[in-house]
Amino acid sequence: MKQVFGRSPSLKDVQTHFCPGCHHGAIHRLVAEALDEFAIRDKTIGCASVGCSVFLYGYFNIDVVESPHGRAPAVATGVKRALPGNIVFTYQGDGDLAAIGTSEIIHAANRGEDITVIFVNNTTYGMTGGQMAPTTLPGQKTSTSPYGRDINNDGAPFKMAELLSNLDGVAFSARVAVNSPKNVLAAKKLIKTAFRYQVEGRGFSFIEALAACPTNWGMQPLTANERIGSEMIPYYPLGVCKNTDNL
Amino acid sequence: MSGKLFVKGNEAVAMAAIEAGVRCYFGYPITPQSDIPEYLSRELPKTGGTFIQAESEIGAINMVLGASAAGVRAMTSSSGPGISLKQEGISYMAGSELPGVIVDIMRQGPGLGGIDASQADYFQATRGGGHGGYRIIVLAPGSVQEMYDLTMLAFDLSDLYRIPAMVLADSVIGQMKESITPNPRPACALPPKDWAVRGWADGTGQNVVKSLKLGDGEMEKFHWEMHARYQLIEDKESRWEEYQTDDARLLVTAFGSTARISRTAVEMAREAGMQVGLLRPITLLPFPKKAYADLSRRCKLFLDIELSTGQMIDDVRLSVARDAEVAFYGRPPGAGSLPTPEEIFAQIRKVYP
Repeated sequence: MKQVFGRSPSLKDVQTHFCPGCHHGAIHRLVAEALDEFAIRDKTIGCASVGCSVFLYGYFNIDVVESPHGRAPAVATGVKRALPGNIVFTYQGDGDLAAIGTSEIIHAANRGEDITVIFVNNTTYGMTGGQMAPTTLPGQKTSTSPYGRDINNDGAPFKMAELLSNLDGVAFSARVAVNSPKNVLAAKKLIKTAFRYQVEGRGFSFIEALAACPTNWGMQPLTANERIGSEMIPYYPLGVCKNTDNL
Repeated sequence: MSGKLFVKGNEAVAMAAIEAGVRCYFGYPITPQSDIPEYLSRELPKTGGTFIQAESEIGAINMVLGASAAGVRAMTSSSGPGISLKQEGISYMAGSELPGVIVDIMRQGPGLGGIDASQADYFQATRGGGHGGYRIIVLAPGSVQEMYDLTMLAFDLSDLYRIPAMVLADSVIGQMKESITPNPRPACALPPKDWAVRGWADGTGQNVVKSLKLGDGEMEKFHWEMHARYQLIEDKESRWEEYQTDDARLLVTAFGSTARISRTAVEMAREAGMQVGLLRPITLLPFPKKAYADLSRRCKLFLDIELSTGQMIDDVRLSVARDAEVAFYGRPPGAGSLPTPEEIFAQIRKVYP
């Protein structure tokens, strides 16, 4: 019998701590497949952030450095400048990247650091228990926006993939989702493209991955998965925001 | 490099960093330390190293964290307000057992303060401005030559013990020009950085640099291990300078710029026939407790001089014998507050037994 599917060698054979229906696992898998397909696992360094994504080292068969909250792009800058021949990526949540770490992501992107950033947008602070994130949708109720996000009070959600595309230092920026087989396949292709940019030394590449957080959304996994299509994608359109393939 | 050079204290720091093999410098402009990034932006790339003017001091210290985690010598420099911003990163580096050199050319505070000389960041440097209960190494140069020599020492001690090291000076030492001998990097047996994250191709298997310790008992064990390491550092690396201490009936004690002024005052006292000496801590952390304890067995009076209302005096009092007295003369930092030798001599006369 021919084996047609197996665990990605870049992933450890362990159980994750992620909640049922959480999309971190699927996104981890797609990142791992990109590392496998370019055969870059043994020269890759992951920069973990603070949040549910902090346990990167527990799931990936790669070297990992943990970063203070929001600082992963600065830490990755240090790693990459010290080891320019290696592959360096950050894996950050929305509170981490788009709130406390806004300065670090904007400037790393603007310098055109030759790194890849995987930005997981689930519209909430997952690990701390579902508070309002910079990406929380208008009207969305969270534990710190109990009446729903009011854009007059809280501002509008950040569209990071588009925002970063405006910077000259950014070589590639795209938004993906993993809520359906079709979207998973598209996400796989774009995550691979983001790493290809780094393999080719073409500068800063950015992936925003829309993700479900059923626990903090107070939803069943299937309902949470449906919310990606019904509420998130209309606000956060999928696809490539910027590529520099033809430059 | 050979022969004598006539350079600023800040330039000496930058030159020593290059001699020590620094590969990455990350900084942000702030007076009175900007000569350091200016020098390194010009000279470090010539050696194949990386200079980045970061978006903030927070960005800079986290770039140091990343470069250090990758196994290269990395440093940053700043002053008061910028050092406050770096405390987050310093705490993470301490928690991750990462080496790295932080240069603090103190200015006045609190807040924006001013750019004149100050020693009021003694507490911030030695007590840890960051969270969680950690210690670093703090070296206090008293001359431009020591700015050079102690910067190289900071890199070695930091690598040897996997603990961040700080060079703590003030704008007098940083901005002053003196003649120095640019000594070659001293030989120092250092352990291999087999913990660094360089990818698996380096043959060490998975390396993880982190400060999150959730395992049962893991954090407690870490704290005791760091405590033991710090005791070792205190035993082996405490440094101080003694001047005219043998027959002293009064020991003036001060660090950095005030120690220089105090030394002149001690010479004035000796000329006046008074038995006065000087004890200058070179390492503020570890504080040279043993030197104070030993000297206080025969000299029972100390006079602590600081550019603050008194911070190091706490360590002096904790270190001297119980029957020794510690007098204090301080000038809070500010324009015009640098004491003259005559002023300190007057204090010596006032308390001399």
